[in-house]
Amino acid sequence: MRDETAEDENWGQQFDRLPETPEDRVVEGRPSRQEVVDWWEERFGLDPETFDHYTFWEKGAGKIWAFPAEMVDPIQVEGLGMRILRTRQRHWKPSTNAVQRFCRDATKNVIELSPGEAKAFVAGHDQQLDWWEGDWGYLVAAHELAGEREPLGVGLYLHGELRSTVPKGRQEDLKKLD
Amino acid sequence: MNPLQRYAPLVDDEEAFFEACERPLPSVVRVNTIKTTVERAREALDDEGVAYEQTDWHPGILKLEDSTAGTNWPYFHGWLHGQEEVSALPAIALDPQPGERVWDTCAAPGSKTTQIAAMMNDEGVLVGNDNNLGRLSALRHNAERLGVTNLVVTNQDARNFSMKPFGEQNPEKPGAFDQFDRVLVDAPCSCEGTCRKNPDVLDEWTMNHVQSVAGIQKGILRRAVQVTKPGGSVVYSTCTFAPEENEAVLDFVLEREDCELVEWDVPDAFEASPGVTEWEDDEYDPSVTKARRVYPHQNDTGGFFTAKLEVQG
Repeated sequence: MRDETAEDENWGQQFDRLPETPEDRVVEGRPSRQEVVDWWEERFGLDPETFDHYTFWEKGAGKIWAFPAEMVDPIQVEGLGMRILRTRQRHWKPSTNAVQRFCRDATKNVIELSPGEAKAFVAGHDQQLDWWEGDWGYLVAAHELAGEREPLGVGLYLHGELRSTVPKGRQEDLKKLD
Repeated sequence: MNPLQRYAPLVDDEEAFFEACERPLPSVVRVNTIKTTVERAREALDDEGVAYEQTDWHPGILKLEDSTAGTNWPYFHGWLHGQEEVSALPAIALDPQPGERVWDTCAAPGSKTTQIAAMMNDEGVLVGNDNNLGRLSALRHNAERLGVTNLVVTNQDARNFSMKPFGEQNPEKPGAFDQFDRVLVDAPCSCEGTCRKNPDVLDEWTMNHVQSVAGIQKGILRRAVQVTKPGGSVVYSTCTFAPEENEAVLDFVLEREDCELVEWDVPDAFEASPGVTEWEDDEYDPSVTKARRVYPHQNDTGGFFTAKLEVQG
């Protein structure tokens, strides 16, 4: 029988705070705060200070949440801040909402889409975009809105194709901006 | 009988009141300042040729002339949120500040909750609670789309809301707390004030329902006062005209909990009426005049009731 009070296992019904560094890790497979901050910096060039005021939490296997304050650990609630990242798989995957919220200043792996491409992306369509010469994997898809670059969400770029990962509930049939 | 007839003695212009209640409401959006500025949101709407008019009492609340909120780029980016104009009042009365601890007792689907988050600059702790699990998914969806990160979502009955999850019994733990700075009680109600959006509410209206929700409202408001620190604020709001659900609820709680009604600043250019101290055979605490009633004909909105309490002790 599993001991649901064990501190070295991951429990789906509560939020557990991430350890500061890999050395502080008690729960196997749980990323550390340092690894999460480093990942956003390495992948998208985000300034680590972006997350200075945030605490990071895991609920369920590999679902990482960010919250801009202290909170008791562990905590049994339905939601704690914003789900920003899915870990515990080969390639970590950022959430659409986190990319929209934090990646306006991203400097790496940002694919800027034309009005027509942006429209297809948010409708959930995959598209051949052979002109991309950067990394494969998860990219920030962005377009221009009101005079500035604005992140749309997460695309998975493989073999010349950009797959939209915009969740069904967020997909929209929008008109093309000229 | 049209239940609105009950309120004819309360309004200054009966004819204008009934006429306004017949008209449909315009489509209104609030600019989400967590993700953009009012200026950029307006620019994006202009670029798309979406016509709108700024309300004369709040720069971030825009009336769309013929569009629905959910089909344009600024909406997709979470720059806009469809919210009935008058429902922006409770958060304004609450006046939440960045870094505070705030509880929204009946939060789903989250228009007011996300407005509070924006007023807190997305900093501090905002607990959004709802007793209905299905409605909580709408709250989470809206909060995520608007980029809110300071929201803690809970699923409790607000009448006996437990502070245990927040470390009430372990005050030495980092982040533990047992009281809030501010609480919003936007209570379940008979919703007569939403008749311009949903005329069915008038067909389904019964006095039994009014009495039953009034009981729930009293329970939630009492609990809200109990978990607010001395000097903190509790805002009580409904979208109904019924004094049984408004002033009578305040009167009940004023008598039993350590709190007082206070004035709050209704925005300039927004017209409202004082709370009523007499209704049918009842009399209420004279301070209920500090509450504000909003009738549809005053600002061409839905109907609303908002009161602000200060916790003593």
